[in-house]
Amino acid sequence: MASPTVRGLGHSVERKEDARFIRGKGNYVDDVVLPGMLHMEILRSPYAHARIVSIDTAAASALPGVVAVVTGELMAAHNLAWMPTLSGDTQAVLATDKVRYQGQEVAAVIAEDPYIAKDALELIEVDYEPLQAVTGPQQALAEGAPLIRDEKEGQTDNHVYHWEAGDKAATEKAFAEADKIVSLDTFYPRCHPSPLECCGCVADVNPATGQATIYMTSQAPHAHRTLFAIVAGLPEEKIRIISPDIGGGFGNKVPIYPGYVVATAASLLLGHPVKWIEDRTGNLISTGFARDYHMHGELAIKDGKFSGLRVKMLSDQGAFYADAQPTKFRAGLFHIVTGSYDIPAAWVETDGAYTNKAPGGVAYRCSFRVTEASYLIERLVQTAAYELGVDPAQLRMDNFIKPEQFPYTSATGFEYDSGDYQTAMDLCLEKLGYKELRAEQAKARDEGRLIGIGVASFTEVVGAGPSKTYDIAGLKMFDSAELRIHPTGKGVLKLGVKSQGQGHETTFAQIVAEELGIPPEDIEVQEGDTDNTPYGLGTYASRSTPTAGAATSVVARKLRAKAQTIAAHLLECSEDDLEWTAPRFSVKGAPDRGVSIQDCVFAAYTNMPDGLEHGFEGVTYYDPPNMTFPFGTYAVVVEIDRGTGQWKPLRVVAVDDCGVRINPMIVEGQIMGGLTEGYAIAAMELIDFDEDGNCIGSNFMDYLIPTAWETPHFELGETVTPSPHHPIGAKGVGESATVGSPAAYVNAIVDALAHAGVRNLEMPVTPDKVWAALSEVGLAQ
Amino acid sequence: MSETMIGAAPPFTRQITVQVNGEPRQADVEPRLLLAHFLRQTLGLTGTHIGCDTTSCGACTVLLDGTPVKSCTVLAVQADGRDVQTVEGLMSGAALHPIQQAFHEEHGLQCGYCTPGMMLTSVALLAENPDPTEEEIRWAISGQICRCTGYQNIVKAVQSAAATLREGS
Repeated sequence: MASPTVRGLGHSVERKEDARFIRGKGNYVDDVVLPGMLHMEILRSPYAHARIVSIDTAAASALPGVVAVVTGELMAAHNLAWMPTLSGDTQAVLATDKVRYQGQEVAAVIAEDPYIAKDALELIEVDYEPLQAVTGPQQALAEGAPLIRDEKEGQTDNHVYHWEAGDKAATEKAFAEADKIVSLDTFYPRCHPSPLECCGCVADVNPATGQATIYMTSQAPHAHRTLFAIVAGLPEEKIRIISPDIGGGFGNKVPIYPGYVVATAASLLLGHPVKWIEDRTGNLISTGFARDYHMHGELAIKDGKFSGLRVKMLSDQGAFYADAQPTKFRAGLFHIVTGSYDIPAAWVETDGAYTNKAPGGVAYRCSFRVTEASYLIERLVQTAAYELGVDPAQLRMDNFIKPEQFPYTSATGFEYDSGDYQTAMDLCLEKLGYKELRAEQAKARDEGRLIGIGVASFTEVVGAGPSKTYDIAGLKMFDSAELRIHPTGKGVLKLGVKSQGQGHETTFAQIVAEELGIPPEDIEVQEGDTDNTPYGLGTYASRSTPTAGAATSVVARKLRAKAQTIAAHLLECSEDDLEWTAPRFSVKGAPDRGVSIQDCVFAAYTNMPDGLEHGFEGVTYYDPPNMTFPFGTYAVVVEIDRGTGQWKPLRVVAVDDCGVRINPMIVEGQIMGGLTEGYAIAAMELIDFDEDGNCIGSNFMDYLIPTAWETPHFELGETVTPSPHHPIGAKGVGESATVGSPAAYVNAIVDALAHAGVRNLEMPVTPDKVWAALSEVGLAQ
Repeated sequence: MSETMIGAAPPFTRQITVQVNGEPRQADVEPRLLLAHFLRQTLGLTGTHIGCDTTSCGACTVLLDGTPVKSCTVLAVQADGRDVQTVEGLMSGAALHPIQQAFHEEHGLQCGYCTPGMMLTSVALLAENPDPTEEEIRWAISGQICRCTGYQNIVKAVQSAAATLREGS
C-alpha cells in the first residue's frame, strides 16, 4: 500500500469533485448556454397505439417566437425518421405511420424561448385513429393480437426473440433424479432509473464547417459519437460529444433517445444551437425503463443439495427492441442465475415480446439483467428452505460454491474469478445477531407480532468485458486511460468512462497515487469530452473500475518503469539496483540515495538519458481477461403491521465483497445508495399501465421514490477477496446493493408470514398486497 | 389577475425586484415565469436545479425569506420585494458555510444534483433547531429526493454542521 502521504488504495480521500457541487457550480447540461441558442420541446403521443391520420402544424408555426416545427415527415426527408437501436432493431425518431406507446415522440417545436416552445405544442393538431393497445407480453403473443410492428418487413407477430443458455439434457436429468422440486413464479415489475436530472442535450452544429458539438447526458460519450456518425451520417471526426456533469444515470443515460437526434438535426437545419431538456414525465414515460420480466424458476434438490435449475422467462420489450446490452446476449447476463450456488446443471430460456409500452430496457443500476437473476435465485432458495423445513441461511451455506472451487465454471458458462461466500455470510449473520433474532422472532410471534428476517447472498458479474465475448452494437467492451505528467510532477488522467456521481475524479487519481506515488490532488481526472479523452465504452454495468481502473493502473505502471530508467540515470546506477517505495526510487541498501517520482518526471523534460523518448505520458487500452464477480450477503429484518399491512425495515445489514476497495468512503456511499434503490424497488417504484396503455407512474406523485423519512438506516460490513486478474484486485461495486437487496427485503416480508404458508409477494410489496396476504391466512387484525 | 393585465397582448411583463443573496435584482418578467427559471435563466444562477414537474423532488429548493420553498412552484412575481437565498449565497467571502463543509466531509453528495436544495433546507432547519435529532433531520428533508446517497450521509452532514454552528455561536 502507498504511504499515507500519497494516499493511494484504501484511503477515504475526500472527493475532489465536491468543490464545485457544494458551491452550486456544477455544469449540468441544462446549465449550458450558447449564443443564439434555441429551445426545443417534444410533442408526445397521448395514445399507446394509434394510427396518425394527419398532423397540422400551421398554428404552432405561426406563433411568434417559434422558429420551426419538426415532424416525422421532415425527418423522413432527411432519412432520419427511424434509427437503429442498441439491440439491432429500429426505433422511430418521430412517428410517421403509427404511435406505438404513450409518450412516443410525434413532433418537436423549436422556439426562441422554452415557454413559447411549450405554448406551441398546444397548437399542434394531430388526428389519431386509436388502435387496440397491447399491454402485456402474454397478450402480445396470444393468437389474434394486434400487430405492433406492422412496418417491419417479415414481422408477422409480436415475438422479438428466443434465447437459451445452459445444458437442457443435463438439467432434465437432474430434475428426473431429484427428490424435491421447488418452483416459483414471479414478476420483476417494470421500474425506472429516474435519475434526479432528466435527459437532455445542447446540439451545436456549424453548417459552414460541419462541426457538430453535442453536449448531452451520456454515460457513454464515445460510443454515442460513433452511433451518431452512423445514425445521422455525420463524419465522425467532426462530431464532438461533451458529457458534462451528470445528475445521476443508473443506466437511464446509456441509450440514444429521439430528442438528441431531433435536436441535432434541427441545429444542422437551422444553423443555431438547439437545447432540449426533457421534463420528468417525458423521462418516465419514454426513456429506458428496467426489468419487466415474468419469471418461472424451478430448483431440483437431491439430498439437500441443489442439483438443477430450470428457468423460463418472458420479457416485455415495449414497442421497439432497444435493450442496452452485449450483442450476444438477448437476456443480458441473466444466465448468472445460478448465483452463489454450486448447481451442476442449469437451463435458461427466455422470449421477448413487443408491447405498446416504452422501449429501451436498460439495467437500472445493474449489469445487464443480473438483478432479475439474483432476485429469482434468492427468492427461489428462500422458497426451497421453507419447503424443506431448513433454515434459509443454512440452506444457502450448504450449497455455496466453496472457496477452493474458484475459478469456478457455472452451468451456464461463466468463469467466476473469485469468491468466499461463507465468510461474507458469517460476518453478516454475526453483525445481525441472527440466532438471537430468530429466537426474538419466535417470541414476537407468540405475542402476536410479525417479524421477518430475510437473507440474500448475491453474486454479480460485472466489468464487461473480455472483448472476445462482449460488445455493444459491435463496439468491443474494452476501456482506456491516458496519463500525462507535466514537468512539475502534476498531471492529467483522461478516461473513456464517464462518472455520473461515482467519484471518478477522486478514485482514479488514487489509483495513480498508488502506482506512481503522486498524490491524488496532483492528478486532474478528465472524462466526457470525446475530443479530449481516449476511446472507451462508458460507465454502466459497474464496469469503470474493472476496465478503466485497470487501464489506469497499467498505464501508470508503464510510466513507473520509465521513471525507473530515468532514476537509474540520475543516480548513476543500474535499474536493477533500485527499489521502489512510493513515491521514491532508492538504491538498494542505501535508502538515503534516492530520487522522487517528481524528480524523474522533471528529468523526462529536462535531463533525459540518451536514447529515451522525451515526455512522460502513455495510453493504455485495457481488454479485461474476464469479468469480475463481486458478492455479498444482505440481511433485512422487518416488522409487519397486522392492522394495515404496512411493513417497516428494522435492520438492514449489508456485507459486501468487491475485492480491494480504492476509496472506502466512496464504496460505502455507493452501497448505501444501492440499498436505497433496492428498497425503493421492493417497496414502491412501479411503472404500470392500464388496459388502454396509459402509463401509471408518469410523474413523481405516482412513481414513488423513498425520501429520507422512509429510507432505513444501513449497517455495513466488508470482506475482501481480491479479483485475481484485475491489476489492483478491485471489482465493480456501484450496483451490488441494487442487485442483491430487493430479494433480501422481500425475503424478510415473506419470512414474517412463512409460518402461515405464505410463499410469495410481488414487488413492489405495497401494504395492500401484504394486507391481502394477511387476510388470506387469517393474520389480519 | 389584476385588471391592468386583462386584455393585454402577451407576452406582457411586470417589473420585479428581488433581493437575491443579498443583492437587489431587478427584471421585467412574464407573470407566469417560475422563480426557478428566473434564478436560472434570467439571473444565470444555475446552482438551483430542476428535477420534476410536480413539486415532488425538491431539487429546486431555495430560501424565500428564510423559509425553504420549491422554486418551481413559486412565480417570480411572488418573490417581488422579498428575499431569496440560493446555494450561490451560502459562502461568506472565500469561506464555505459549515453546511457545505459538512456535506463534503461526510460524503453527503454524489452526483450533486440534489445537493443545493438539501443544503438550503438544512440551513433553515438549523436556524430553527440548532440540535436536531436524526428523526427531525430526516423529516425536515423529506420533501426532497436524493437518488444517490441513501440519505444516511446527508443526515450525518447535517448533524456535523449543527455541531460546528453550535460551537461557533
